[in-house]
Amino acid sequence: MKPLFSKGPSTASRVFTLGGLALLLILVNTYTSLLDPVRAQLANLVAPLYMIADAPGRAVDQVSDSLRTRSDLEEENSALKAELLIHKRKLQQMATLAAENVRLRQLLNSAEVVQDRVLVAELIGISPDPLSHKVIVNKGASHGVYLGQPLLDAYGLMGQVVEVSEYTSQVLLITDASHALPVQVNRNGVRAVAEGTGDLYELKLRYLSNTVDIRVGDLLVSSGLGQRFPVGYPVATVESVVHDPGQPFATVVARPKAQLNRSRHVLLVFSGDRAKDAVDAVELSIPEESEVPEESEGGSG
Amino acid sequence: MVPVKAHNRWVIVFSYLLALLLMAVPLSPPNGWLRPEFVAILVIYWLMVMPQQTSIITIWVVGCLQDLLEGVALGQHAMALMVVAYVGLLSYQRMQNTTVWRQMFAVFVVLGLHQLVINWVHSLYGKAAPSLVFLLPAFVSALLWPVFYMLLERMRRYWRVA
Repeated sequence: MKPLFSKGPSTASRVFTLGGLALLLILVNTYTSLLDPVRAQLANLVAPLYMIADAPGRAVDQVSDSLRTRSDLEEENSALKAELLIHKRKLQQMATLAAENVRLRQLLNSAEVVQDRVLVAELIGISPDPLSHKVIVNKGASHGVYLGQPLLDAYGLMGQVVEVSEYTSQVLLITDASHALPVQVNRNGVRAVAEGTGDLYELKLRYLSNTVDIRVGDLLVSSGLGQRFPVGYPVATVESVVHDPGQPFATVVARPKAQLNRSRHVLLVFSGDRAKDAVDAVELSIPEESEVPEESEGGSG
Repeated sequence: MVPVKAHNRWVIVFSYLLALLLMAVPLSPPNGWLRPEFVAILVIYWLMVMPQQTSIITIWVVGCLQDLLEGVALGQHAMALMVVAYVGLLSYQRMQNTTVWRQMFAVFVVLGLHQLVINWVHSLYGKAAPSLVFLLPAFVSALLWPVFYMLLERMRRYWRVA
């Protein structure tokens, strides 16, 4: 090994130099986006750590899967079949509604709604830092994942991709304190901005005046106004509305629909033009059954 | 040319990798604050037992790797670890010759500084901790210090790291 401290600057001065360098990196990172491409490349270095850390959990899952009894599996199978039947019934109506929607849009001369396509991904890690709500999913640039891509679970919107490396990507959850997204109340279309608070069960709606019609239990869906999230995915339900005459705005707290700390299987959405472009890329790079169109042939089911 | 003959120094690097791996193990969000700062503990340990042979650059690089791992600002942990390293270099003689209780207290103070730096960088992004809860990892680390110390000493003796 090369001698490290026999000659050259003293250890303390090394500490100061490197500390200053780190400070510089922090400032560049915070106030500019110069380092983002570098970060994305370097993230490939640490991705294996997440995979290794995730391996025991995955192994336990597999073992418990393979140790299940036949009767358990049959029971689950019949439950899933029943559930599927219910969903298919809903989809049957969906097909006519979608067709009707397209016709009405044609009458209005408005743009055709492109079907979103999704890519099934799995969470392989969560950020160890309790203050940053980020998760790592097992799909990356090689699967066509792009910066800003929305992530869903079975119940609602989870977040957006903020860093793409080759085989993994990092997703910022909607509850992170630095995240905000445009939403609308599903009941009446009132628009608002839902801000993360750093609490996994809480979003705040900012700048809603006291006279706005919003009630406890209202469903908030993404409004698509930020051009980032596709329109119409459920985001949260309103949990409390406080009108304080002393405050200029109402205090509205909502609870995210997505199970931000439970979901393991998640969906990356290709929306708008990306959906058209992504079709080939997605179908080429992953096996058939894990890629499902958002709306399968509901009528025939 | 080499003051102390290097022996099995790869163990140091290996221990840092192991610590990073332990940081990546998923914990459910409410327990996130209970995770000890494995990397910072290692820095304190290696600087205490072999202050002249520990590479500051290695520590810095490990800090950057931890930043990438946690998805926080690049340099955040690197800088915090430099603070730990500086205090470690100032105080290793006292640390070597004191009781385990005092060592635990020193670990708490040094890791508290570490957490302060981390929280300061978070505050640049507008997500500073709402309370003093950010000192909890330092507290847990200090409580577990005797265990870590014992295990690391065994490892160091076994591989005869020098």
